[in-house]
Amino acid sequence: MLQLPERLERWLATLETLERSDRMQMLIDVAGRFPHVPPRIAQRPYPKERRVPGCESEAYVWAEPKADGTLTYYFAVENPQGISAMALAALLGDGLSGAPLEEVAAVPADVIYRIFGRELSMGKSLGLMGMVNMVRAAARQQRQAPIRQTKEGGV
Amino acid sequence: MSKSIVERGYSNADVLVSTDWVQEHLKDPAVRIAESNEDPLLYSSNHIPGAVEIDWTRDLNDPIRRDYLDKRGFENLMRRIGVSHDTTIVLYGDKNNWWATYAFWVLQLFGHVRAKVMDGGRLKWSKENRPLTREVPKYQPSQYHACERDDTAFRVFRDQVLEHLPRKLPLVDVRSPEEYRGERLHMPEYPNEGALRGGHIPGALSIPWGRAVNQEDGTFKDAAELRKIYSEENKLEPTDDIIAYCRIGERSSHTWFVLTYLLGFHKVRNYDGSWTEWGNLVQVPIENPSAERRDVAAA
Repeated sequence: MLQLPERLERWLATLETLERSDRMQMLIDVAGRFPHVPPRIAQRPYPKERRVPGCESEAYVWAEPKADGTLTYYFAVENPQGISAMALAALLGDGLSGAPLEEVAAVPADVIYRIFGRELSMGKSLGLMGMVNMVRAAARQQRQAPIRQTKEGGV
Repeated sequence: MSKSIVERGYSNADVLVSTDWVQEHLKDPAVRIAESNEDPLLYSSNHIPGAVEIDWTRDLNDPIRRDYLDKRGFENLMRRIGVSHDTTIVLYGDKNNWWATYAFWVLQLFGHVRAKVMDGGRLKWSKENRPLTREVPKYQPSQYHACERDDTAFRVFRDQVLEHLPRKLPLVDVRSPEEYRGERLHMPEYPNEGALRGGHIPGALSIPWGRAVNQEDGTFKDAAELRKIYSEENKLEPTDDIIAYCRIGERSSHTWFVLTYLLGFHKVRNYDGSWTEWGNLVQVPIENPSAERRDVAAA
């Protein structure tokens, strides 16, 4: 089994040392710093194919190739109450951008439970896992058919 | 301008309170405001001043069995949030109040009838730029003594659903039309919503829970609009013996609330086993229109 990308693993290790309330607080702070997809990558209305299936926070995912062949991941979360989706977007963007594609493609979708704990509803789990799966799919696609330069958010 | 709650023609308008009412009662010691959400970060990110959190997994469910908390657990919860039998609990939350109505439903299992739902939930409160805080309130623990939980009037189990079927009594499936039709979600690592089979309980009507809500502000539609959906379109009668279900009983508690309190139906019960139980049961009947379509296409 492949290791998790280093920066993501570091986030998880930090979160796992915290008590639930402190972990929630840290995730809220992370959500508050969530970098919305820049206009040069995408502008509203966002295309349907970038929307995370099953995510009621209306999350969207883009990936942009870097010079070294890895990807930078961008997100939009359209529901202002989608705090968990924003926190996850910030963690995935920071923890996976620039990481080896094979490691990103192998991140298990249930990594969300290491971030948020097991007490997630199935609907919420599906949406958050969908975000991870979209990122994994972009990494897989880039491995199979690398794109070097794109206008609109790449993979 | 939208109608006030009393102008909307509900059978039991007093179970709903407006955001204005809540703001006027923020410091009322006889009122305890409680937030119940799907998103685990929302309450901590901010909430109505003085509001406590009731978490649907940690506070309302048994940690081991698939069941709700028992008398002791309920007492502990009520004591922790400083609620006595005379306290009116006002619930609100995200997702157009579906977790708030779920918590309301659990309160009824223990006979705590002094309960209300804030119309519009978090969405309306936030849109109106009303005060929010991150400060978690501390209340003096109460000495709440609960009744034993009594599921009879509000909850049904799978055997009761099986008995319902040959009698052709109404079942209401409140999930999305895609779930009702048994179409798979595009989630490769998950089967249909945690169930091995897709579709719906035979004969169930498809009335998605969200139809009862005004999407722009999360408030409940007025009684005339609700009657149009449930009585005119779907031929449900106030005297019908109705079972509502969804995936785990959360969205159907919203419909249960609408039918029981806003429209005054006499016998509506929530099947909280719902599709995560029915879709995994061996040999129970299922209707799956999408699978039937595939069979026809293949023939």
